[in-house]
Amino acid sequence: MTTSTGSGADALTGLEVGAVVAERTVALTRESLVRYAGASGDFNPIHYRDDVAARVGLPGVLAHGMLTMGLAVETIVEWLGDSGRISEYGVRFTRPVVVDAEDGAELTVVAKVGAVDEETVRVDLTVSHGDTVVLGKAQVRVRTGA
Amino acid sequence: MNPELVGRDFPPTPPYLVGREKVREFSRAVFATEPQHTDPAAARRLGYADVVAPPTFAMVIQDLTLQQLLAEPDSGIALERTVHAEQRFRYTRPIVAGDELTGRLQVTGVRPFGKGAMVTSEAEITDAAGAHVVTAVSVLLIGGEE
Repeated sequence: MTTSTGSGADALTGLEVGAVVAERTVALTRESLVRYAGASGDFNPIHYRDDVAARVGLPGVLAHGMLTMGLAVETIVEWLGDSGRISEYGVRFTRPVVVDAEDGAELTVVAKVGAVDEETVRVDLTVSHGDTVVLGKAQVRVRTGA
Repeated sequence: MNPELVGRDFPPTPPYLVGREKVREFSRAVFATEPQHTDPAAARRLGYADVVAPPTFAMVIQDLTLQQLLAEPDSGIALERTVHAEQRFRYTRPIVAGDELTGRLQVTGVRPFGKGAMVTSEAEITDAAGAHVVTAVSVLLIGGEE
């Protein structure tokens, strides 16, 4: 497996399926959740109140699914050189991310080439919290033409 | 959950003016560190009029359409029993500060799932000229009555 070091249009040619194009680790804290709530307008209290999370039977305060989705795709933007190359992005929310009040939660994102055709590349994102993969079928379709 | 929601006409949401500081705020919230999201000069070098919103910013507009769905008196949807199961975006172009965006909601599918239903809704997001920007598709898992 190879890791691409370039970015922008030149990096988008000659890609091999399975190559890792980008990866990063993001440390989420309760502050991250409050910040995302404010920025997105999603003020569902299960994302910042332990008492509400417990009352509805959750294992703890959860990260917004859309926060996980949003930070995951951003992992590949430096490599792309322009987020405007993204033509499609989809995920399934398969596992909740519990964000501990003291320890937070660390998410790891690995982006691999999933498929290549003449005008597009499909990048598959694996987003993990510890040993648990939290998004299903997280796929980004990218335009590779000029 | 009311299957008659499929095909119902919803009015377009009022125009949402995308502000530069809002894009910066949202970018910070999703750990989007590329300069095109925060620095107008960097965005202009890529050919955009102003800072480029991260890909999942479209959710802010889609949320306005989902509020319309929740507000339908006969929808049978209660927020506390709703789980976000899947999310997809199909882009014609990225959202840029200065855009005035409108969303139009369509419920494209309701199918029984356990005691509740899986509801697929689409928001077609267009700019002030009426041109397509992005279509946002949500699959919501709506719990049945207790």
